Order: sequence, then structure tokens, then C-alpha cells
Amino acid sequence: MYGSASTHDLPTTALTGLENEDPILLAEFEARINRGEKIEPGDWMPALYRKQLTRMIEQHAHSEIIGSLPEGTWITRAPGFRRKMAQMAKVQDEVGHAQLLYSAAETLGKTREEMLTDLINGKSKYSNVFNYPTPTWADSNVISWLIDAGAIVNQLANAKGSYGPYCRALDRICAEEAFHLKYGHDAVVHMATGTPIQRKMMQEALNRWWPAIMTFFGPSDKMSVHTEILMRWKVKMASNDECRNQFLDMYVPKILEIGLTLPDANLRKNEETGQWEFTEPDWEDFKRVINGDGPCNAERIAVRRAAEENGAWVRRALLTPKAQYVRPLA
Amino acid sequence: MNPTLDLLYRLADDQLILGHRNSEWNGLGPILEEDIAFSSMAQDKLGHSLQLYSLLHALGEAEPDTVAFTRNAPQFHCCQLVELPIGEYDFSLTRHFLFDHAELLRFEALATSSYEPLAQVARKLRGELKYHALHANTWMKRLGTATDEAIERMQRSLDFTLPYALGIFEKTDAEAEIISSGLFVGEDELRGRWLESISKVLAQTALEVPDVLALTPVLGGRHGQHTEHLQPLLDEMAEVFRLDPTADW
Repeated sequence: MYGSASTHDLPTTALTGLENEDPILLAEFEARINRGEKIEPGDWMPALYRKQLTRMIEQHAHSEIIGSLPEGTWITRAPGFRRKMAQMAKVQDEVGHAQLLYSAAETLGKTREEMLTDLINGKSKYSNVFNYPTPTWADSNVISWLIDAGAIVNQLANAKGSYGPYCRALDRICAEEAFHLKYGHDAVVHMATGTPIQRKMMQEALNRWWPAIMTFFGPSDKMSVHTEILMRWKVKMASNDECRNQFLDMYVPKILEIGLTLPDANLRKNEETGQWEFTEPDWEDFKRVINGDGPCNAERIAVRRAAEENGAWVRRALLTPKAQYVRPLA
Repeated sequence: MNPTLDLLYRLADDQLILGHRNSEWNGLGPILEEDIAFSSMAQDKLGHSLQLYSLLHALGEAEPDTVAFTRNAPQFHCCQLVELPIGEYDFSLTRHFLFDHAELLRFEALATSSYEPLAQVARKLRGELKYHALHANTWMKRLGTATDEAIERMQRSLDFTLPYALGIFEKTDAEAEIISSGLFVGEDELRGRWLESISKVLAQTALEVPDVLALTPVLGGRHGQHTEHLQPLLDEMAEVFRLDPTADW
């Protein structure tokens, strides 16, 4: 898991400031990106590029650790050895992804501690889907399969982006996500083809999660018009709608194939355009939740805050007076 | 109880319950690296318990899932140390240090057990437990020599945890037969080795070690007497499994 474009789009005001950049350096920078070269930590880059990448990688890292919470809560309740061990390993991977991503973001100059402080103070965001609850084991399975699937669509695209450390982290993350997808699919199939109790639990979880899944890739392209420069700099590699369409192409048939239904009567593929049609997600609700007023925002941040506060003495004990912060090279 | 079953249940239940507890550190560690480390150890311990329950199954006991997910607290043979809640990091680290030193020495000894299936498992597990002990030693030494705050916390946790740790070595009625049949060297012998082993590490810290053998051990776990914390843990563990015992999850 769990990166998504849903929180990456720049506000209009952030798209100013290029006039302060050296035009020759900027032209060279853009030429390098056009040639398909990777930008590395020590290289010149526009302030806006640094800022946007920091924000994007940081949000991705936050999504990994916050995302580990709704699934993590099912580790202690996973039914049977096989699931319990796999759930542990899967969630552990997500925390490992956060570790990789914080390191990648640190190469741009912001420390992990600063990023985590911004997270618990609400200054930086994470993927909005984790503000929804996972009341049953089946909800956790839906995340493992379909949220991870969505993340892979997004991350495979972003792995072809322009910033070297982020691309390398994404390559490693995608390799692990491929296993999560198999794990999630296997768990969902067992439930969807299992006893009546299991089938009901799975269908209800899918119904609960479908609206959030449809918002996972972020607002419709019609609504987010400020991504042109991010596409040109290969920060954002595919539009929200492209990712969403690809996801629906890949997973709707798989969902229906195992006898589950989807709670959107308008969902169908337009064979002429190749585009999926569906009931427009409630973007007002999406905005409300992303801005802090969702069912689990407070709980997620509270858990993270408690971890930060309870563990502060350990981090203080690890500090050595002579140590200085050094940006990792990743 | 048959001495082999008696021994295996104690070993397996310890690993299962501590593995479960360690997994609760997901999302709560003082640094991400410790979330990850505790998860690795939790996965190992769960895997160890599965191998031991599989040995029990081969001896005619129920399937590992049934044994692990359907018994209640009085049927568990774990020591009380492993069932205590994770608390703060200083307690979890101290428990991990005291328990895994005992486990490493236990499985080193079991590698020559007269019960060959167990000896085989032990030869495999001891390699993993070596890393658990190494992890614990690294952190005990680091935090046990760091700030006053850290040393004070670690001291408090050590003082609190040691009596529970002595409960690891609680004997059952099968003890004499376990030793005479060559299944295992016995709990007294293990406790002596353990004390030597932890003392070496603690000597490299600023922590004060009491006269451990003069402490009153917390006993009962090996005989099905548990703290108030075990049954809720088991209820949580079985919450989904019990929804539909006929289901394949």
C-alpha cells in the first residue's frame, strides 16, 4: 500500500514562484527530465519541485503508517495461524515502506521527526481511505486486496517518475505489494466462496468500502486542473481518472467473478469510449473527511500521537550530543 | 500429563502468547524500526508455536488452529510473564530480554533432546532465537547506559519483571521424568544458565541487579493459573475464528 494521488494535487497558490528560478537552470532541468534522466538529491531542482515531491513522498509515507493501523488491529484477531502470520507480515511490510519513503523524503531536506510532527499536528495529510473504519475481518481483507491494488496502479505509474530516490523506493515497494495483492485476493476469495456468514460479511464490507475505493485516486480530472506542470516534471505520471479507469478495468471483472456484487447500479464500461461510467462520488464528503471530519481521523492521529509521545524518551536516549543530522543519499 | 506433552504445551503456549503480545507493537513503537523488529520476532514466535503444536498434533492432540484458538485460559500452560500487556516500551523490551535469553538456552539444550522430532525443531529455532537475544542485548545495553530517564525506566521495569521471569522456570509434576528420560535438562539447570547469561549483559549497563534467586517467583502459569490478562487476549484472538468454527478462513 498505500499511496494515492488523492491528496497530492496542488492548490492554485502553490503554482507560483517559478519566476524566481534561474531560467537557464530550469531549462536544463526540464531537458534532463525530457531525456528520461533521474533527478538525484544533490542535483539542482526548482524549489517548487522540491516542495511538491517532499509533500508527495511524505504523504505517501504517512499513508503507510496510518494505513497499517486499520489492518493492524486485525492482527490480534486474524482467524487461524495462516492468516495471523500473513497479516502480521503484510502489515509489517507497510511499516517498512514508510521507513523507505521517509528516507527518500529526507533526501530532500526534511527530517523524519519533522514529518511525523507535521502528521500528528494535522499539517500533512495521508490517504483519505484510512479515515474510514474496518469493523470486520472482511473489511481488512478488502483493504489488503483492493486498496493495495489501487496503490499498485498508482505506484507503478509513479515509479517511472523523475526523482531517483522515490522511484527506487517505489520499485521495491511494488515488488512487495504484488504479494499483498495475492494475499488479499486469497483472503477475499475464501470469504466470498465460504459459508453464508463469511459471504455476507464480505459483501457487506465491499459495499461499505466501495465509495471510498472510488475516491482513492482523487477527484475527477475535471476538478483538478492544476496538474499540468507536475505531469511535465514527471512528478505525477498519470491522471486521477486514468488510474481509476485502469483500476476498474482490472478489478471489476475479478470482483464479479467470485460472486460479489458492487453497490453502484450505474457502473458499466462504455465499450465505445473504453471508459467506465459510474455514479459520481460524493466529492463534498471526500473534502470534508480529508479536512479532518471523517469517522476515524481523530482516532488515527490519536494513536500516532500516543506512539510518538510514549516513545519520546527512547528517541531522546538514542541521541548523542555530537551527532548531526545528515541527509541520507537513498 | 505425559512428560512430552507437558513439555511441548509449555513451550508452544509461551511462544504463541508472547508472539501475540509482540505483534501488538504494530503502529506503537518508539521508532519505526522497533515496530518492524517486534513484528519480525512476533512472526518467528508464532511460527515456533505452530511447529510445536504440530508436534503435539503428531502425538494425537487436536489441530494447531483448534488448540491455539479454542482453549480457554485454564487450559493454557504459558508462564504469566508472557501474558502481561505490552505496557510501555521499557517493559516490553525487558520482558523480551529476560524471556529470550531463557528461550535461546532452552532450545540450545533441546537440540540434544532424546525426543528426536523436538530436537530437530530446536536445532532450527535456536538459530532464530540467537537474533532475538542479540536484538534484546543491543537495546538493553543502549538504553541501560543512556540518559538518567532511560536508566530509571529500565531499572523499574527490570525490578517489576524479574519475579515474573522466574515463573518461566516453574516446574510441573512431570519434571523428574522429563529430566530422567533425557527430554530436557530441567528447569533448575536452565535457570542457572539463564542467570549467568543475563548477568553478563546487565553488567554492561548502569542497572542494579538484585539477588535474583532471593526474589519470590510469580508461579501458577504452568498449572493453568493465569493473570486477568490472558482470557481477554484469548477472546480477542478467537473473535473471528469462533464466528463460524466450520469455516475455512
